[in-house]
Amino acid sequence: MAAIYSLYIINKSGGLIFYKDYGSAGRMDTNDSLRLASLWHSMHAISQQLSPVNGCAGIELLQADNFDLHCFQSLTGTKFFVVCEPGSPHMESLLKYIYELYTDYVLKNPFYEMEMPIRCELFDINLSQAVQKDRVALLGR
Amino acid sequence: MIGVGKMKQYTNVLERPLSKGKQEVSLSGFAFLFSELVQYNQTQVDNITELERRLEDAGYAVGARILELLCHREKGNRRETRLLGILSFVHSTVWKVLFGKVADSLEKGTEHEDEYMISEKELLVNRFISIPKDMGAFNCGAFVAGIVRGVLENAGFPAVVTAHFVPVEGQQRPRTTILIKFAEEVLRREARLG
Repeated sequence: MAAIYSLYIINKSGGLIFYKDYGSAGRMDTNDSLRLASLWHSMHAISQQLSPVNGCAGIELLQADNFDLHCFQSLTGTKFFVVCEPGSPHMESLLKYIYELYTDYVLKNPFYEMEMPIRCELFDINLSQAVQKDRVALLGR
Repeated sequence: MIGVGKMKQYTNVLERPLSKGKQEVSLSGFAFLFSELVQYNQTQVDNITELERRLEDAGYAVGARILELLCHREKGNRRETRLLGILSFVHSTVWKVLFGKVADSLEKGTEHEDEYMISEKELLVNRFISIPKDMGAFNCGAFVAGIVRGVLENAGFPAVVTAHFVPVEGQQRPRTTILIKFAEEVLRREARLG
């Protein structure tokens, strides 16, 4: 069972800086993933404007018939979002954890250039461990 | 209130015991500072060997100071004069003060008499650093190698110290080995001392 279909990280101007898909469902080619990233960036911004209540920070969860999209935006405007099976639990905490990994293994890496695509070995290793762990937790229930 | 209560009066700053200092600093704080150090030096050089050398020089200054401080604080103003003594001083005392733990291992090189290796599964300075593929065998541990060289050279043991990644079987990440190659005079002196 694959709870998570894919993970995206987009920078503050809407460019896709990290994309990874898990399992076979919902796989996308590079162009589609870039398109989805910038589309989501704009939708997120528009939702803030359209919101009837004050202080809206943008869409956090989008629910569709066959997937859920959870989004987390950091204070600097970097957005993390996962596409997963409908009703997958603990996605907020997973996103927060991925943000933690990003601050550790990407931002503290002297060879990473801000706002550029993420190519850090340690980030990949720790990320796959985190996702694996999450799957185990999901299987255990 | 500050200054109220029992106060010890010291006539002279030199008579005060040397304080142990704060034992810990923030790892994030250090990681960002070190990252900036690497990034700054990267703008100043045009090849990797040069970058390695600059990091080593930065570490050398730390090593020279740490030797001075630790000889005074831990050793009662004495320093090691024998090869194995100074190596275990680096491996345990220096490592403990700098990284909060003893180094994982200290070994003698199998091929050469004058080579020693300090290995660390995960060097503190490399904790958050991923080396890009195009930089080849570059290792930010060069900074630590510089520290070791600083300690050894100022204690009278001139040596060439380098940092290398060594792959470990069954492990995703390679470990870092600090290779110490002593100068000829050091070994001659050791032989004479018996």
